[in-house]
Amino acid sequence: MNPAQTALDRVTRVPGVRGALILSAADGLVIAEQLMDGIDGRAAAALAGSLVGRLTRTARSAGLGEPAFLQLRSEGGSILAAPGGQEVVLVAVTGPEANVGLARLEMLDAAGRFD
Amino acid sequence: MTDNIRSLTSRLAEEPSSLAFLELGETLRQRGQLEAAIKVARGGLNRYPGLADAHDLVARILSDQDDLAGAFDAWSDALRLDPLRTSALKGIAFLYYRAGDVLAAVEHLERAAESDPDDESIPRALARLRSEARRSASAPQATKTSETVEARSASVPEESTNGAGSESPFGALEEGEQGLLLVDSNGLRLGGTLTTSAEGEMGDRVAAQLAGLSREAARATRLLGLGAWHSISVETPEGQLVLSAPTAETVLLAIRDRSLPMARVGLLAERAARAARTWLEREA
Repeated sequence: MNPAQTALDRVTRVPGVRGALILSAADGLVIAEQLMDGIDGRAAAALAGSLVGRLTRTARSAGLGEPAFLQLRSEGGSILAAPGGQEVVLVAVTGPEANVGLARLEMLDAAGRFD
Repeated sequence: MTDNIRSLTSRLAEEPSSLAFLELGETLRQRGQLEAAIKVARGGLNRYPGLADAHDLVARILSDQDDLAGAFDAWSDALRLDPLRTSALKGIAFLYYRAGDVLAAVEHLERAAESDPDDESIPRALARLRSEARRSASAPQATKTSETVEARSASVPEESTNGAGSESPFGALEEGEQGLLLVDSNGLRLGGTLTTSAEGEMGDRVAAQLAGLSREAARATRLLGLGAWHSISVETPEGQLVLSAPTAETVLLAIRDRSLPMARVGLLAERAARAARTWLEREA
């Protein structure tokens, strides 16, 4: 199993995580994905990539430096993102009951391995 | 050339396939550099003809250039790709209004209201247009100049100031704070400040970067079947940033030191959002 698939495997094993993908930060294209049926990987990647890019620029302008972890909370769950090295972003989609704390730790660890 | 435009331009030069053209085109548009903006937008559209955001951007720029037929076509293309796209429905409504077809404008705004029930500006614009339609029935020669501006405010919150209001939206919460900012959907600061140790006051720049964020977040959660969004938190080595939406047309940003637990940053952001909501209702 290659490193990307290993990372996705670890994240998607967390209870409540519906899927995860790795995208290119530069253009929002999917590099690898492991998603439940019904989730459009390309659309999720484009939207998550755009949001992460915008929030990264916002954090920089606010003097906070580079984001390590992002969470978009909604009534039905969350979109989690952990930018890694080599211009990639690890993204996960969760349901409302997901163990976000565990998903965060797994994602930070996995993203750190992309450096 | 500002740092932001310079950095986006260089990013786009390095990565021509990047989606940075969307932000660069919009930034140029907001600065009134419409020729440069349309060049960037058309370049991006050629690369991504299936991206509704690109058509939407082209439409906004053409509308600013008074190329209303071109804007209509571009918004129609955006709707073909994304039939529920509120910004395109509002844009077309605005164009119909300018063409004097109030009924068609109302019809498109009604579709926009169905598509985005949380957008509070649409019912307000609808009420104005319906009222005008009634007035026109009795006085057909009524002038439209001021109302045109009002119709356009379907996408521009009323009473937006550049943080120049005498009262803070956050009341006592803002005392001693350097990281609470209330921003409207067009990236203008409604209140609050954001000061960095290196660059000083950065509120306006950060506000501009948050233009349209609420809609972008709403699109992402809607497309993924996650319902309405509540908040966004960003962790960095230097601190934590929380964004929430006190209303459908505003975004609140709160920044805190890394030592404060994220859950407490979230609670503070909730209190600030409540204060901001009350302030907005009072100012409306």
